[in-house]
Amino acid sequence: MSEAPTALPPVKRRNAELVMTLVAIGITLFAMIEAGLTRNGEMPPSLFVYGILFGGLSVLAHFFIRFFAPWSDPLLLPLATLLNGLGLAMLWRLFEATGDTSGGSAMTQLILTAASMVVFAVIVYFLKEPRTLQRYPYIMAISAVLLLLLPLIPGLGMTINGARQWVNLGFTSLQPSEFAKIALVIFLAGYMVTKRDVLSLASKEVKIGPVKVLDLPRARDMAPMAVMWGFCIIVLVILMNDLGTSLLLFSTFLAMIYVATQRSSWIIIGLTAFFGACTALYPFVPHFRVRMITWLDAFRPDVYCTDEFLNDPESFCQTLGNSQQLVQGLFALAQGGLTGAGMGGGKPGNVPEVQNDFIFSAFGEELGLAGVMVMLMALALLAERGMRIALASKELFIKMFASGISFLLAFQTFVVIGGVTRVIPMTGATIPFVAKGGSALLSSWIMLALLMRMSNNARKPAPQAIQDEGATQVIQR
Amino acid sequence: MNKPIRRLAVFSMALFGVLLLNITWIQGFQADALREHEFNSRQFVESLTQARGAILVGSEEIAFSEPVGGDSDQYQREYENGQLYAPVTGAFRAGSATGIEKAENSLLDGSDDRLAVSNFLDTITGKEKKGANVELTVNAEAQQAAMDGFNELGQNGAAVALDPSTGAVLASYSNPTYDPNDVASVTETSEAAENWTSLEGSEQQPLLNRGLNERYPPGSTFKIVTASAALEDGHTPESTQEAPASLDLGAPMFNASRQPCNGGSPDTLAHSIEISCNTSMANWAIDLGAEKMTEQADAYGFNQGSFDIPLPVTESLYPSESDNNILGRSGIGQGNVEATPLQMAMVAAGVANDGDVMKPYLVESVKDSDLSEIKSASPEVFSTAVSAKTAEDLTQMMILVTEGAEGSGLGGAIDGMQVAGKTGTAETSSGPTHNWFISFAPADDPQVAVAVVVEHGGGSGGTLAAPIAKRIMEAVINE
Repeated sequence: MSEAPTALPPVKRRNAELVMTLVAIGITLFAMIEAGLTRNGEMPPSLFVYGILFGGLSVLAHFFIRFFAPWSDPLLLPLATLLNGLGLAMLWRLFEATGDTSGGSAMTQLILTAASMVVFAVIVYFLKEPRTLQRYPYIMAISAVLLLLLPLIPGLGMTINGARQWVNLGFTSLQPSEFAKIALVIFLAGYMVTKRDVLSLASKEVKIGPVKVLDLPRARDMAPMAVMWGFCIIVLVILMNDLGTSLLLFSTFLAMIYVATQRSSWIIIGLTAFFGACTALYPFVPHFRVRMITWLDAFRPDVYCTDEFLNDPESFCQTLGNSQQLVQGLFALAQGGLTGAGMGGGKPGNVPEVQNDFIFSAFGEELGLAGVMVMLMALALLAERGMRIALASKELFIKMFASGISFLLAFQTFVVIGGVTRVIPMTGATIPFVAKGGSALLSSWIMLALLMRMSNNARKPAPQAIQDEGATQVIQR
Repeated sequence: MNKPIRRLAVFSMALFGVLLLNITWIQGFQADALREHEFNSRQFVESLTQARGAILVGSEEIAFSEPVGGDSDQYQREYENGQLYAPVTGAFRAGSATGIEKAENSLLDGSDDRLAVSNFLDTITGKEKKGANVELTVNAEAQQAAMDGFNELGQNGAAVALDPSTGAVLASYSNPTYDPNDVASVTETSEAAENWTSLEGSEQQPLLNRGLNERYPPGSTFKIVTASAALEDGHTPESTQEAPASLDLGAPMFNASRQPCNGGSPDTLAHSIEISCNTSMANWAIDLGAEKMTEQADAYGFNQGSFDIPLPVTESLYPSESDNNILGRSGIGQGNVEATPLQMAMVAAGVANDGDVMKPYLVESVKDSDLSEIKSASPEVFSTAVSAKTAEDLTQMMILVTEGAEGSGLGGAIDGMQVAGKTGTAETSSGPTHNWFISFAPADDPQVAVAVVVEHGGGSGGTLAAPIAKRIMEAVINE
């Protein structure tokens, strides 16, 4: 199965990649220097370590790509380096620069970055043909489900900030949903490529009078949608309170079924079922309600918890939850304004738990609108380059796979930053490459490795016949 | 499969578009509003380390910042005559502020956009950034007179004085008061916070500026509004209404004297105002009807929502009454009528200013640290309450209150000039009466209009409130 690809010019631009990567490393180190000078009046004492480890590994990654995936998109690595570096610099500013590393540290993040880059290299090196993953859709499906269910096992699972999405491994904790989503994309790509015809063709027309309104899929073809829906709603929303992952997985599912079938009826059915379930559950799932109220009425005094309600044990914020984090995040963004306070010049600590989802508000405060626009554009570019890879690939599985991962990156960004900036309710997710935490970082680099490999294969010029005599050809590989 | 992928790519781009637009909205357009949001303590915390501008009355700095000294780079806010001006200045504390300190915070701390150029120049020339100075319209003598008056009386209450021709607030005092120095210390922070908590919890509500933010039944002072409606409706000061000893308005409503106002005959409007007759004024309200009464009250500023001077002022209420019993009571400022002292001062000022109520304001000008003016007040007409002719008639009637043979407010009279006034003794559901006096002087060339309320004074407006009003008027006129 294949389809005419949208050709990309067969250029490597590896030197451009090196220069851009060096710029990204430079931005990271300058951000740390500025934070150190502003906060403590001295250069970061460990700047050298960061320069060598982070800078050195990024450059090594570049040379690795130069040898093992020479045709891959030259923008991917610099964008990832920039985002990862900004995240590192901000964590250094939040923890090391303030002398308080109880909530996390940039050094841990640096080590995790290094480990993630190694995994990145391993995948790029060994997974020469990502289409081989197509062979194991059901293994992928089962592992995705197992990974998602892991936190529910008593003793192993942990609840952090209300969401049961962590697994305690003793020495460290993992967020298995970060990996489950990749497995799910692989499964969906494989499954939908095989079931594509049935999903897109078999249908029932819904007519009002003579006018065709919708092509409805047959009830029996709804099974995958029903399973996905049931899983997202029952397990993720009700049992685990993990709205972010639920929203992310279901949207990715819808995006991929749309890519496979090109039928908008799937999206309509899916959205109706999802939001219908949310509406129906609204009165019964309290944490769901709390999130809606803290979003819509964030500035209500009893939701925000002003002094007058702080001492009232009956008030909304004392019984259910408050909107302090969201509102303080908005204040931080407002404080940053257009140009920001400069690294180290703001007070991001005013936002509770700023090192997690709300790290975006710290960027907004210290780098300003200009800085977060750069960050958003880098993320957008990353997702769009991924879509470009999907367009340029020949095989359907790779098209599905690449577009699925790209959409995952884009939507994950939307869910978390949209939550922080009050576009949608806060659900809890991580900004790709930027967020603190090993699971998030590792899964981001795995996705990058997959995109890198697929882009290399898509952009590599077609094999040339080196001789043209008779039926047998020797192909240059 | 390329078409849906392209669409998905466009959709992803649109998601980022939404984020970019929204963040531009927050950080670009909404930023100022969020920085000054009432929940946002950053605006006060961060400015502890800045030289904040001063608040001035005349040429005296009543609130100013001094470096703490030593190792600290913080500034201590100091209040001169703190208790006297606290109802206006409010207090600037770690994490929060009240009064003018809050209302003009962005100018005082220098973060206002209008200061951007001078801040920029200061940055270039290496000068320390300093906030702008806010000059109040308050007259120190008048403010002191109000405080002295209440201190001698020893009652809670409020006084507001306006310049009738401009709307400038000449005095705004609320009793009891507090000393902002007790709660503003940046060195003794826990003690300051404790003091604040006890002020907040006090039943006497010292933090409340009663002149602007507390509503009282205005009682008989509201009869000026009723009389305005009658005169505007074509009646004259000689027009009459029945004035028996009591009226049956659901429950009987008596005159203060328990006697008919004019020996049983119908009483003229002028005489009813002079002796503060209840029954005739209630009849006037019923006769004029709810619509005309509401229209007149609205014209003086009732029911117009809260507004900022720039301190927030609570809305005064005159609900339109369909029941004649309640309508009658509303004509004498009872029933559901509730007014802030500032509102009643606006009524007096409107009559004094030929019927035009000026918009009250408390900030005369704001000057940058290099004394260049950033903004200055420009008087605006708030509303035209009555015609000049009506205003003249009302003035003559109000002069009788302080000078007439049977005047109810003789305590407000000043030697050597005519004072126009009106007393009020408002019944409350929760204790002794509130005692009011509103007035302006000199009657032929008004320089000051005053409203004084003594909370639960239990006496009469003429004896308790009028002397305070007199002191304030004298302070302004004799200057």
